[in-house]
Parts: sequence; C-alpha cells; structure tokens
Amino acid sequence: MRYAFLDEDAKKEIRRAILKAVAIPGYIVSFASREMPIARGWGTGGLQLTLSLIKEDDTLKVIDQGCDGSVNAVNMRNFISSVTKNKTTFDTKEATIIQTRHRIPEEELQEGQTLVFQVPMPDILETVEADTYKAKIMHANEDYSKLWVLLYEDTSLYGDSRISNRYPVIVENRYAMDPSPIPKYDTTKLGNSKALQLFGAGREKKIYAIPPYSEVKPLKFEDKEFQVETFEDKTCERCGNSGVFLDEIYDENNNTHYYCSDTSYCDKTLEKRTK
Amino acid sequence: MKVLEIKNLSKIFGNGCTKCLEETGSFTDSSICPHCNSVVGVNQINLELKKGEILGIVGESGSGKSTLLQLIYQDQKASKGEIFVDKYFDENGDKKNIIDANLNELNYLRNKLISMIYQNPRLGLNYRFSAGGNIAEKVIGSGNKYYEQIREKAKFFLEKTEIPVSRIDDYPDKFSGGQQQRIQISKALSSNPKLLLLDEPTTGLDLSVQAKILDLIKVLQKEIGFSMVIVSHDLGVIKHLTDITVVMKNGQIVEKGLTDQILEDPQHPYTQLLVSSIL
Repeated sequence: MRYAFLDEDAKKEIRRAILKAVAIPGYIVSFASREMPIARGWGTGGLQLTLSLIKEDDTLKVIDQGCDGSVNAVNMRNFISSVTKNKTTFDTKEATIIQTRHRIPEEELQEGQTLVFQVPMPDILETVEADTYKAKIMHANEDYSKLWVLLYEDTSLYGDSRISNRYPVIVENRYAMDPSPIPKYDTTKLGNSKALQLFGAGREKKIYAIPPYSEVKPLKFEDKEFQVETFEDKTCERCGNSGVFLDEIYDENNNTHYYCSDTSYCDKTLEKRTK
Repeated sequence: MKVLEIKNLSKIFGNGCTKCLEETGSFTDSSICPHCNSVVGVNQINLELKKGEILGIVGESGSGKSTLLQLIYQDQKASKGEIFVDKYFDENGDKKNIIDANLNELNYLRNKLISMIYQNPRLGLNYRFSAGGNIAEKVIGSGNKYYEQIREKAKFFLEKTEIPVSRIDDYPDKFSGGQQQRIQISKALSSNPKLLLLDEPTTGLDLSVQAKILDLIKVLQKEIGFSMVIVSHDLGVIKHLTDITVVMKNGQIVEKGLTDQILEDPQHPYTQLLVSSIL
C-alpha cells in the first residue's frame, strides 16, 4: 500500500493548489477533489490536504468542534494513521499537523504547525449571491457591498451582526473569505497566526489558505466594535477554566452545564490542577 | 466644464462589416445593414453635456435611445467610439475613455460618478435588501464604512424622496410602484453622482405620481446640481425637465437643439411628425 493513501500524482496536484492558495491569501483555488473512503461533505477536503502534506516525522492531531474524541475526529485519525503509521497526539503543542472541524484550538499555535480546516461551503459570497459565476466576478472586482449590506441590515434591526459562526473575514485587505463554521469567538485568532492555515472543501473541490502572519480582519463597520461570544462568569465544570470557548450542555433535567469545547486543553488544565 | 463627452459612438449587434455604419441610418430608414444583416443600434453619435445641464433624448421605439444610455452606463459594451466622463482619468491624469475601464474602474464609475434610474425599479433595486439596505449598498460601494453615516444618508435621501423614514427597514415589494421608483431615485442619488441617467423614469406610473416624481427630480437636480440625460418618448416629460434635446432615428441623431426650439420649430421631417403627433 502506498504511503498516505493518495497516489503521487494526486498529492502533486493538491500541493500545487496549496502553493497557489498560499501565494494568494484568501483566494479560492479549484482542485480535482478525489474520491475518498468517506462520503463527500464529511471532511474529504481537510483529509486530502492532510494526506498530501503529511510526512513520516509528522505528529497528527484531529479535532471535531474542539474535541479529540468525537466520531468524525476519531474516524479521521484512525484512517490517516492506518495509511501512514504516523504518530498521533491529543496535545495541541506537540502536533505538527492539526486537522480541525469548526474550531481553532485554545492554545496558541506555533511556527511550523499547520492547521487544516474542513470546509463545507468555501465561498462566503454564497451567503449573498446564489450565482457562482456572479460571485466570481464580485471577488475579482473586490465588490463585497452585498456582505456589507447584510451587516448593515443586521445592525439596523438587531444592533449587531446575527452571524454566530462562519463570520466573513477580509484577508490581507483583499479577499473576503469564509473561515469555515468556526464560532465568532475564533475569528480573531485567524489573523497574525504563527501557523499556516489551510482550508479544504472536498465536495466543493476548493482549497484556500491563510499564510502565517497574515492580516485577517473580520468584516465590521469603522464605528462599531467587533464583539465575540462572552461567557461572563461561566467556568468549565470539569476543569474550572474561564475565558475559553465553552459548550453549553443540557442534562435530562434540563439543567445547563458548561464545559470546555477544547477537550485537550481541558485535560491539560485538570492535570495541572490535580498535581 | 464638460461632464460627458461622446465621440463617434457606435453599437453594432451582430458580426458587423465595413459598410454597416455608412449604409444604415435615418436616410435609408433602416438600422439593418444590407450587406451583413447586422443591426446598428447606435450610429456614430457625438454629444456633449456641461455641468448642471439636462439633456433629453427622444425618438421612436427602436431608434437606439435606451441603447445609447446603456452604452454610457456600460450595461452594454460599445463597438466603437469614445466616452469621457468628468473626474475619470488614467494614471497620467489625462481623461480616459470609459469603454476601456476595467472591472474596478467600472465600479468606481458606477459608485461615484454615474447613476442610472431604470424604467422598472426591479432593475435598479435589489429586492432582497430593505429600502435602507439598497441605499446603503450604493453608499458602501462609494467607500463609506461608518454605520451611523450610512444610516443617516439613507434616512436623508428617503426623506428627500418623501418616503416615510419609519419604513426604512421595509423591503421594496412592500412599497407601491411609485414608492419603489422613488426608492430607486434615493439609491441613485445617495452616491452624489456627477451624472444621472434616466431611462423612461415615469412611464407606466399614474399621472399624479408621474408629476410628483418629475417635480422631485427637478428639485433635487437644482439642489444638488448634477447633470442628467433623460430618455423618454413622452414629450411632456422632455418639455418639463430638459434644457436641450436630441432627436434620434435609426441610431442617429437627426436633430439637436434647445428643447423649446425643437418643440416649437421642428426642422427634421421626423421631428415634425413627432411633435404634431402630441394628443
């Protein structure tokens, strides 16, 4: 069996698309998405990116909404390690490649690390323009007024944008980009990141990227503050962390509980505390 | 100061041949080239418009009035000729033919220099945005990213066009036809254009609304001082609004002059026919 499942031609083609994406931050590059052993729409884009990048000395971490243990993450990790025999980890600091679905880890990423996002819909303009041909012209034209009008209308009616995840960002003052459905909370982590951030949409056959230390700004009016989720006085019930992104969970008695969304960070804090 | 300058502008629908322009026009009474069967929509038009002037274009249907307007607004690409607009320059500061504008420059033209009001508000408004949102789109396009200022501007122009400001967040299809047209006017004016193009702005509206909208346009024009090109086959509208008038037939200008002159003392046989046909 060949290393990392994909044949060399496929890897070459995907790497080429990655290079182009890195060269034009935020620009959507088409690629020939391969048939994978999981269904399209279940992370095939991220999977193909990871498989075409991974080398023997890489350490892999896979998370699904911050969790190392949820089904999608476990299956992805098992599959990738079965075709590469690479070392896997839960530790954000130890990993060289982190494949993620809808979250950015709490711990700050470092140089040399690569964050691979699984993306359902790659083009943010899809939210305002159904015609992809027109959307492409809008990108070429840097015409994002429709996104702005959406923001304007939300601000008029609700005082702020209603978008809770997949918040539109402008990369390097040029392209409006879909950051994948990460919570608004994570939006500010995209900019000036030390790690390379790659985005893959397998079903939509698209790749795009944010190179390290790029400027990424959320779409906002000059006279309005960009506000992210706050959890006020809430803390994680398991490890006691505050100031992190918390999951809201209801038990059978309809009581609300809060836990860290990033499980590995939660484990780490708990370990420190019990020592 | 010239706001608009058109030189030798032509539009040929079809393949076109070398004889198209010479062998069509008002004297042959046909827009179809006898050699290649191409249709010549606009045939070597020359026009000038100064600051604050209002130009009317009249003519029978199919004479190329609307095509000419669309060529200026770049809804259609001209086949030949040059169009210059005030405040639109190339890198060296020389005036630049807007036909050569790239996508970015075209955006600049449409967001800052020229606005168009269509006969059908559906063409000029986005029905998925609220009335305020439609105006905001234009203001944002012209570079303003301050919410409060955008909101103020939207309110200001809605007020100017006599739309109740309390309805700023309603969607266009909640308004009547005349109101939709007035929202379209608000939108067109919100970017402070130097040149306003109007394509049959009141056709299809009832008479009282027509008069209101015409008065409104006239008042706003006096107040803000933009230049206008208005296409209409309604001579009443032309008489009411414009300073100078051109008469088009088969893609060519057959008569040009002061509006009252043309209406009182038409020279070209077609203009005479047109003026004598007023009910």
